[in-house]
Amino acid sequence: MESKLITAKSEPLWNTNNKVISIVCALIVLLFALPLFGLNSFYLHLFIMIFMHAVMAQSWNVIAGFSGQISLGHGAFFGIGAYATSFFYMQYGITPWISIFFGMFISAIFAVLIGIPMLRLSGHYFAIATLLIGISFQVVFQRWDLVGAASGLWVTMTPEDSWIALQFHSSKIPYYYVFLIFFLITFFAVWLLSRSKLGYRLRAVRDDPQAALSLCINVSNYKIIAYVISAMIMAPMGSLFAQYILIIDPDRVFNIEISIIVLLITVLGGIGNVWGPIIGASILIPISEYSRIYLGGTGGAIDLIFYGLILMIICIFKPNGLISFIPKDILERKKQR
Amino acid sequence: MKILSVENLSRSFGGIKANDNISFQLEEGDILGIIGPNGAGKSTLFDLITGYTKADTGIVKFFDKNIFGLSPDKISNLGVGRTFQKLKPFADQTLLENVMIGAFVKEKNIKKARDRALEIIDFVDLLEKRHHFAKELSTGQRKRLEMARAMAIEPKLLLMDEVTGGVDQKTIPGLVDLIKKLKKTGVTIITIEHNINIIMEISDNVLALDQGKSIAFGSPREIQKNKQVIDSYLGTFDAA
Repeated sequence: MESKLITAKSEPLWNTNNKVISIVCALIVLLFALPLFGLNSFYLHLFIMIFMHAVMAQSWNVIAGFSGQISLGHGAFFGIGAYATSFFYMQYGITPWISIFFGMFISAIFAVLIGIPMLRLSGHYFAIATLLIGISFQVVFQRWDLVGAASGLWVTMTPEDSWIALQFHSSKIPYYYVFLIFFLITFFAVWLLSRSKLGYRLRAVRDDPQAALSLCINVSNYKIIAYVISAMIMAPMGSLFAQYILIIDPDRVFNIEISIIVLLITVLGGIGNVWGPIIGASILIPISEYSRIYLGGTGGAIDLIFYGLILMIICIFKPNGLISFIPKDILERKKQR
Repeated sequence: MKILSVENLSRSFGGIKANDNISFQLEEGDILGIIGPNGAGKSTLFDLITGYTKADTGIVKFFDKNIFGLSPDKISNLGVGRTFQKLKPFADQTLLENVMIGAFVKEKNIKKARDRALEIIDFVDLLEKRHHFAKELSTGQRKRLEMARAMAIEPKLLLMDEVTGGVDQKTIPGLVDLIKKLKKTGVTIITIEHNINIIMEISDNVLALDQGKSIAFGSPREIQKNKQVIDSYLGTFDAA
């Protein structure tokens, strides 16, 4: 028996599948090399949107997938991030590289302020409350003159491409790399989180809050921590998006659709799994972009119909998301039985 | 040394007194068995001691510290572990991960927490099942999982709610042996049991409840002879 225990202790902490590591490394290299193959503007935009939405979905994955709280107002943090960089750049000339952190900080503050009362609610009550919070941000910004009210902010354009101002007019390639790097950083940060003590404890809160309490876990505090982390991941995407399009308004960056799409992406890919948002974004975003191109304004809702159909099929046949098509012992940390 | 002192603990739900002026004391290292018919208030008493339900009145002292009104996480942090009547495993996580979550209370390092969790899983004889999801385990195995998880916080006092409830007859002796093995580690135990033979076998003292009231407290032999206990519980048990 003792020898079995020694054997068990000698097992590696994680199921490090060398094949998966090799594939991931190859994909990363490929993603860095892709622009060199002369990707046209549309494909660069497509990848930028995939990276951005994968990060946004990863943010939602932290609060919903790891700690089990369904937030329907996560777009608020995207909007805060967008306005933070644009406002501080236009008013004070602060480079977006710094104001990205302002956006993260402000989002974190709001996550705490919202989280303390709201996370006392559970299940659908929390979801409804966050939905209303998300909408209220949009309403407030529509009426707030300091940030341009309903007209929003038109970011002052630099005459030339500028890394300091994070503006690139001649090519989308720099944006591609900026979004890619944020995407990779977020992925590895959330991957580390999922394997940390905090990750374990968040999953305990998700699976059974009552049992978690019996293991010295302050459930309310951990939900707030997850909400803050989630908000801080979402905000930089708003900031980068603002720098990407250079025009922001409340209807665009606080839109309820943002909160819904991150949910759809995560559920489609696989909730509670770090790979889920990436898989979900890689499928839904191309559908969205292609339907927008081929159907134009007249087919504005076709992508949503596709989403609905895909989601229904997934919920019926693969409730754990597309990630469940991949054998568990390949991606997850479960060892051989 | 007294590890737990409960004085005049009461809790009502509407007009029903679930616990009515319950008082008892528990010595360190002992096993206290709690018996009583369904609805006697046994699980409510657990919830009051561990902070899951707020008592209306009373005092609960863990060693010399009054823990009345503290939240469950703070009480467990002081060294009070518990299992649940309705099992609450983290279903989508493996047995090892379940126990590791408990082990993180004492071990901050993941490797050390994993090793500690493995030792505890070995203690409850489930080492072979360590990588199985909790939802894949049998009821008896999940009972052991809950005990292992509670032990992982290294409690001084462990409250176990119906460890042998809902498992087949073949599984019961193993669970009883496990409780005895646990006692040898020095942990103080309060256990709720319906199986009177088990209570008599393992307990140093027995508290009998009926309709929220404490009707007897004493050694298993004393309880077996107590007329009120026989009338309200043992008699019913025998008749059944």
